[in-house]
Amino acid sequence: MPFIPHTDADIRAMLEAIGIQDIDDLFDEIPAALRGAKLMAVPEAITEMEVARLMQERAEADGRYLCFIGAGAYEHHIPAAVWQITTRGEFYSAYTPYQAEASQGTLQLLYEYQTMMAGLTGMDVSNASLYDGASALAEAVLMAIRSHKKGRSVLMPKTVHPVYRKVVEAIVCNQQVGLIEPAYDVRSGNNPLDALEASYREDCAALVIPQPNFFGVLEDVDAMTDWAHGHGLLVIACVNPISLAMLKAPGEWGNSGADIVVGEGQPLGVPLSSGGPYFGFMACKQDYVRQMPGRIIGRTVDRDGRPGFTLTLQAREQHIRRSKATSNICTNQGLLVTAATIYMSLLGPEGLERVAAQSHSNTLALLERLKDVAGVEPVFDRPVFHEAVLRLNSPVADVLRAMEAQGILAGLALTDDYPELGQCLLVCATETKTLADMDRYAEHLRRILSKRRLDPPCAQKM
Amino acid sequence: MLIFELSRPGRRNPSQFPSAAPEVKDIPQSFLRQRRPLLPEVSEMQAVRHYTRLSQKNFSVDTHFYPLGSCTMKYNPRACNTLSMLPQFLARHPLAPPATGQGFLACLFELQEILKDVTGMKAVSLTPMAGAQGEFAGVAMIRAYHESRADTARTEILVPDAAHGTNPATAVMCGYTVREIPTDSQGGIDIGKLRAAVGPQTAGLMLTNPSTLGVFEKDIQEVQAIVHKAGGLLYYDGANLNAILGKVKPGDMGFDVIHMNLHKTFSTPHGGGGPGAGPVGVNDRLVPFLPVPIVAQAKDGSYVMETERERPHSIGQLSAHAGNAGVLLRAYVYARLLGREGMGRVAEFATLNANYMMVRLKQQGFTAAFPARRATHEFILTLKPLKDATGVIAMDVAKRLLDKGFHAPTTYFPMLVPECFLIEPTETESKEDLDRFIAAMSEIAHEARTNPELVKNAPHTTVVRRLDDVKAARELDLRWTAPA
Repeated sequence: MPFIPHTDADIRAMLEAIGIQDIDDLFDEIPAALRGAKLMAVPEAITEMEVARLMQERAEADGRYLCFIGAGAYEHHIPAAVWQITTRGEFYSAYTPYQAEASQGTLQLLYEYQTMMAGLTGMDVSNASLYDGASALAEAVLMAIRSHKKGRSVLMPKTVHPVYRKVVEAIVCNQQVGLIEPAYDVRSGNNPLDALEASYREDCAALVIPQPNFFGVLEDVDAMTDWAHGHGLLVIACVNPISLAMLKAPGEWGNSGADIVVGEGQPLGVPLSSGGPYFGFMACKQDYVRQMPGRIIGRTVDRDGRPGFTLTLQAREQHIRRSKATSNICTNQGLLVTAATIYMSLLGPEGLERVAAQSHSNTLALLERLKDVAGVEPVFDRPVFHEAVLRLNSPVADVLRAMEAQGILAGLALTDDYPELGQCLLVCATETKTLADMDRYAEHLRRILSKRRLDPPCAQKM
Repeated sequence: MLIFELSRPGRRNPSQFPSAAPEVKDIPQSFLRQRRPLLPEVSEMQAVRHYTRLSQKNFSVDTHFYPLGSCTMKYNPRACNTLSMLPQFLARHPLAPPATGQGFLACLFELQEILKDVTGMKAVSLTPMAGAQGEFAGVAMIRAYHESRADTARTEILVPDAAHGTNPATAVMCGYTVREIPTDSQGGIDIGKLRAAVGPQTAGLMLTNPSTLGVFEKDIQEVQAIVHKAGGLLYYDGANLNAILGKVKPGDMGFDVIHMNLHKTFSTPHGGGGPGAGPVGVNDRLVPFLPVPIVAQAKDGSYVMETERERPHSIGQLSAHAGNAGVLLRAYVYARLLGREGMGRVAEFATLNANYMMVRLKQQGFTAAFPARRATHEFILTLKPLKDATGVIAMDVAKRLLDKGFHAPTTYFPMLVPECFLIEPTETESKEDLDRFIAAMSEIAHEARTNPELVKNAPHTTVVRRLDDVKAARELDLRWTAPA
C-alpha cells in the first residue's frame, strides 16, 4: 500500500481497540446512497520507477529552447545551493509557523526576507509573500482603496502587464472598484502626465506605476509620483525586483516615494517552470501596515528575554477577523520565499547589481544586432531595462513559428494585446544569454525575414 | 544570529554572478539607484550553513509527527519533487507555445481527469493558487451564474459558524454579505436554523464535509435540498477531502462547485506556508464560468490552453500564468503512485488512524467533543475538564507536546468548542507513532495534575521558549536595521 505503513497485525489491533470488524464500518454514518463511489478515470497505480520513466519521457518531449521571452517571467542563473537548501525536508514539509517555538527556522528566514525586500524597495515593511505578481497587484489595489477611504477607482495605465490588468479586474470586479486605463504615448511607450490628467476622476484613490513597464520602457517615476500625490492619490509601484539593484527604489520616487510596492518575485531564484509556483511580494510605508494582507513576521523576545520571531498583526487576517479580514489569503508561497532569501544572500548587493547591469547590457547588445536586420525597427525612443519592443515588416506569429523551428523562442507577439502597434514583438535578454546566442538569433531572423520578402506569398505559409 | 550579522563589506561569491560589470551609460542618473540595497555580504558556505541551521530549528513532517488538524500534514513523497523538477520542466517559459510543452500539458490534462473522477464533477480548472483562491473562484462562479440568469437579488452567502475563516472572508471579497448558521449538539449544521435562513436572498451555502468539527454532515441530502429549493448553490470546501477520497464523491452529495487543496489531499508540500494549489470542480451549470486557462485536447490529440477567447463567460484569469504549475505536477505524480485503489485507501487509513486515536485518548481520560460520533480523518478533544481541574489550558498542552517531540494539533479552532484540540494524524503515520503521541498526552495530563507549572511554562526544550506576542504586535519590529 503506497505510503501507508500498517501491517495486518496493526489493522487487527486497531479495529479491535475501536470495537469494529472492518474499516468500512468507520463510514457507517455516511448515508448508504452516497457510499461506494466507483472511480473510472483514475489509472491503476504504477511504481516510482515507472512514473519516473513516464515523466522523463514527457520532459524530454518538451525539449530545450533558447528563450528570449520575458514579459513577466525571466530566466536567471540560480545557484545550485538555492534549491538544495530550499527542498530540505525541514523547510519543504513544514507548514505555516503557527507554533512559533517549533518554527523558528521558517520565521527567522521570513524576517530576513522582509528585511531584504524592505531594503530593495525602499519601504518600511514587507509582508511574507502573496501568490504571484498579478494577484499581488490586485491586493494592492484593494489595500489602496481601503487606505484612501474616499476613492473607489484606480488609474491602471495600459503599460501595466496586460494579464495583470485582467487578473486585477477578475479579483476586484465584485467590490465596485473602478479601473481606469490612461492611454500611453505610442512614440515613447510611457505615460505622459497630460494623459494621466485627462483620465483623472474625483473618485480616484491610487495610481499604479510599472517600472520598468510592460514594454521594458522606464517610466518617469518621479514626475508620476509627484503628480499622483499632488492629486491626493496613493502610488502603487509594480516593479521587477532584479531591476531594483540598478534603478531607483520606489521609496525614493519623487518627493515622498511610492506608498505600496508589489511585484513578481520569480526573478529572485525561482525557475520558470511553465508559470509557477512563483511568489508575489508586497511592501509599504509604515502608515499602511495594518491594511496589508498576508502573513507578517515580527521579532520579539521569549520568556527568558531571548530574541525570537512570531506571526504578528494577525488581527488583520481571515483566521481571526473572518468576514472583516483584509483579504481571504491563508496559504501563501513560503517555499518560494525561502528560495528567494537564499538567492539574495548568495548574490549580495554587488551580485544582484551585476545581474541587473548584465541583463541590461545584453538587451542593448541584442537590440543592436536586431536593428541591423532589414525589416526590423525599434518602436519606442526611451531607455529600457532588459526588454524592448521591435516592429517587424512581416506577420509576427509566422516569424515566431519559423524561429521556433530553429530552436529559438524569439519573444512575445504583442498583436493581440496592443493591436495599435502593428506587428510587434517583445524581446528580452537576461545575463544568461551570450553574444553567440544573440548572433544566432540575429542570423536566423535575418534569413527568415529576407526569405519572406523574396518568396512569393504562397511560399510564406509555414 | 541573523544573516545580516554575518555580513562583512566586500565579501562576495564571484562564481554566482556575471564576471563583467558593464557600466550603464544610456539611462539618466535620476533613474538610477544611488545607494546599494541592504543585502548580506556572506560567503556561499556561510549562507549554506546559516540556512541549513535555520532549517534545523523547524518541526516538519519529515522530522516530526505533525497532527495539525485541518491541514492534512501527510508524508510528501520525494519522487513527486524530483520528477516535477526535471530540467526541461523547470526551464520552460510560461509563454512558450503549447507545442513546446506537450509533455507538461499531458500531465495537467490527465490530472484534470483524475480530479473530475474523484470529486464527481463535470469539469475542473487547475489554476487557483491555494485553497482560498479556489474558494474565491467558486463563489465568483456562483455569482456569475446568478447574474447570467438576471437573478440579482441574491446577496447573501451562508456559512456554518464553525467554518474556516477563509469562507466568510471570501464571500465578502466576492461582494456578498455573510450569514452564519449555528451548529447543533451533534456537530451537524442546525437544519431548522438553515431552513429559516434561506430565501430569495440566498446565493449559496459554503460547506466543509466532513465538517471542521471532524464529523460527517449526515443530513447532507436534506441540506442540499433546502438550499437548492431556495435557488441557492452548494459550495464544497475541500479542506477535508482526505477523509472521503475515493469513497464518496462530493458531486454525488449534490454540490455544485468544489475546491480541492492539493497540498493537503494530494500530498504536495506545505512549504512552510505554501505554495498550495486549489483547483476547482463544477457541475454542468457552472462549466461556462470556470477560471481560465484550462487544458483541453484538440481534435488532433494535441493539448492546448483555452483562454477567455474560447470561454467568454469565464470569471477570468486569477494568476499571471496558469497557477502553480509545478505543484500540479507533484500532485499528478502522487496520483499515479497511489492509483485507483490507493485513493480509497487514503480515506480508509486516515479514518482508521483518527478513530483509533480518539478511542485510545478517551480511554486515557480525555473528552471527545462529540463522543457519540465517529471520527472522520480528524477529531476534536475538549480540554475544558483538564483546565477546570488543573488550570492547564489547551495552549499549555500544545506547547508541552513540543517538548515531547510532537508538533501540536490545531488549537482553539473551531472556536465553539472550548479548549479545542483538533487532531489529524493522516494515513501515513504508523501505529507506533500514534501510540507514542497517545502516551505523551497521557503523561502531560499526569503532569498537569501533579506539577501544573511544568506544563504552564512549556516549552522547555525548544530553541526559544514561549514568545511575547503582545510585545510583537505593540512594538512592531518587522525588519532588521544596522546598529548605529
